[in-house]
Amino acid sequence: MNDLTYNIIFYLFAAITVLSAFFVVTNRNIVYSAFFLLFTFFGVAGIYVLLGADFVAIVQLIVYVGGILILLLFGVMLTNKITNVEIKSGTINIYPAVIGVGLLSGALLAALITSTWKTFPTEAPLPTTAALGTMLIQEYALIFELLGIILLIALIGAASIARREA
Amino acid sequence: MMYDFLVDLFGNSTLADIIAGTIQSILPLFVFILPFALFAVYLERKVSAHMQDRLGPMRTGWHGWKQTIADIIKLIQKEDIIATDNDKLLFNLAPIVVFVGSYAAFAAIPFSSYFIGTELDLGIFYIVAVTGLVVAGILMAGWASNNKYSLLGSMRSVAQIISYEIPTILVMLSLVMISGTMSLHTLSEQQTGYAWNWYIFGGPGMTLSKFLLIPSMFIGFLIIYISTLAEVNRTPFDIPEAESELVSGYHTEYSGMKFAMFFLAEYANMFAVSAIVVALFLGGYQSPIGYFGDLIGASWMIPIEQFTWFTIKGLFFVFVQMWLRWTLPRLRVDQLMTTSWKYLIPIAFVNLIIIGLITLL
Repeated sequence: MNDLTYNIIFYLFAAITVLSAFFVVTNRNIVYSAFFLLFTFFGVAGIYVLLGADFVAIVQLIVYVGGILILLLFGVMLTNKITNVEIKSGTINIYPAVIGVGLLSGALLAALITSTWKTFPTEAPLPTTAALGTMLIQEYALIFELLGIILLIALIGAASIARREA
Repeated sequence: MMYDFLVDLFGNSTLADIIAGTIQSILPLFVFILPFALFAVYLERKVSAHMQDRLGPMRTGWHGWKQTIADIIKLIQKEDIIATDNDKLLFNLAPIVVFVGSYAAFAAIPFSSYFIGTELDLGIFYIVAVTGLVVAGILMAGWASNNKYSLLGSMRSVAQIISYEIPTILVMLSLVMISGTMSLHTLSEQQTGYAWNWYIFGGPGMTLSKFLLIPSMFIGFLIIYISTLAEVNRTPFDIPEAESELVSGYHTEYSGMKFAMFFLAEYANMFAVSAIVVALFLGGYQSPIGYFGDLIGASWMIPIEQFTWFTIKGLFFVFVQMWLRWTLPRLRVDQLMTTSWKYLIPIAFVNLIIIGLITLL
């Protein structure tokens, strides 16, 4: 792929991510915010692909768009329309927030400008899945299994909380 | 491959990249999905008619072959109705999101060894991931319609798709274990030669494990076919659009071209799931009896033959979907969930373990 093509696609995905993230935060309608999150996740997945992290990009889509976003939408829709509870998405404590965010973004900007970046010549990305799988099963087998058990515990816990009858 | 050829044709610049990418990405739509949808709608009406001892459309053209074209023209002319209480933005966006989700799957489907949208290393995984976009689109449509039937239909649809994704992924996983790849292109290439090398018959090679795999592969094939049928909301799993209960589910409020987009997405999905099943189990684009092009030494004929075989296999499973639709009654909601969680998922898990043990041999 050409460098310019790469740049065009990168800026397209970056614009999608940033704009939709902005709408997520500023929109007053919580359902709209949830749907704009879809485009944010999608844009981030695109940027992962451009960085050569194909597996991470697909996992991002499966976990966030296919799982978390759908759960979120179910929650927001069912509570927003069916019961009469209004979910407020207003602004409170503006001054502390502005100061906090200002400090954080200042620090980030300073880090961006002053640090010396390691640069590599662009090369065609290689598939990462097989290497990742081998690494997870061989080097990090214990951590991998532990994570599996923790997720299983979370699932069983959620099921037992949801099940009210005694 | 096609993309490299196009880039060379337009002279290797950024513009060439963009032009080649655009052609590559819209080609399946215009060359394949639109004609397929026209043909499939006609086929569906004819199949249903003959199964019920009727004739179906007969008046326009020979055996009514022009009927779908007339219907499409009618659909384009229809007024685009948006009710006052619909959520305008999401209502307009939903058909596009649904169609993009189902069309994106075509990027990883290998039509022949020469044409595949993109030769992804993660083919199957990618298809599973972009299906998530369809789910979000359906929820969007149901909510924005501001209609009880639509919302109920979309909720049912989402619950169904998410439940049936699990057995589908488990069967895909067992194939990934055997073949060692997630790319649909590589999977198809592995099943080259004769029908005996297809994964439903245990895959290529003449080893002991191949024969041990055959029963598991048949079970896996049945599970994935049933669950993909549920994922595209076809009868007997069409409770999201059960006419007698929900009018027509999440697209009740849609008319004109927006309805047409849902319709097109549904037919594209029907072919996509058949194509996935074909690519995983039935050799993809590979011919079961060897190539005519090989026989007479004309290698340029092979991709054309492969495309023909792929279309024939895909259409056969689309036909089976229609056949089932007019044969089986619709399941109840609880029966639907029982089928997935209490039967398909446990069987798929046991099958996965058995296949894993055989692969270790």
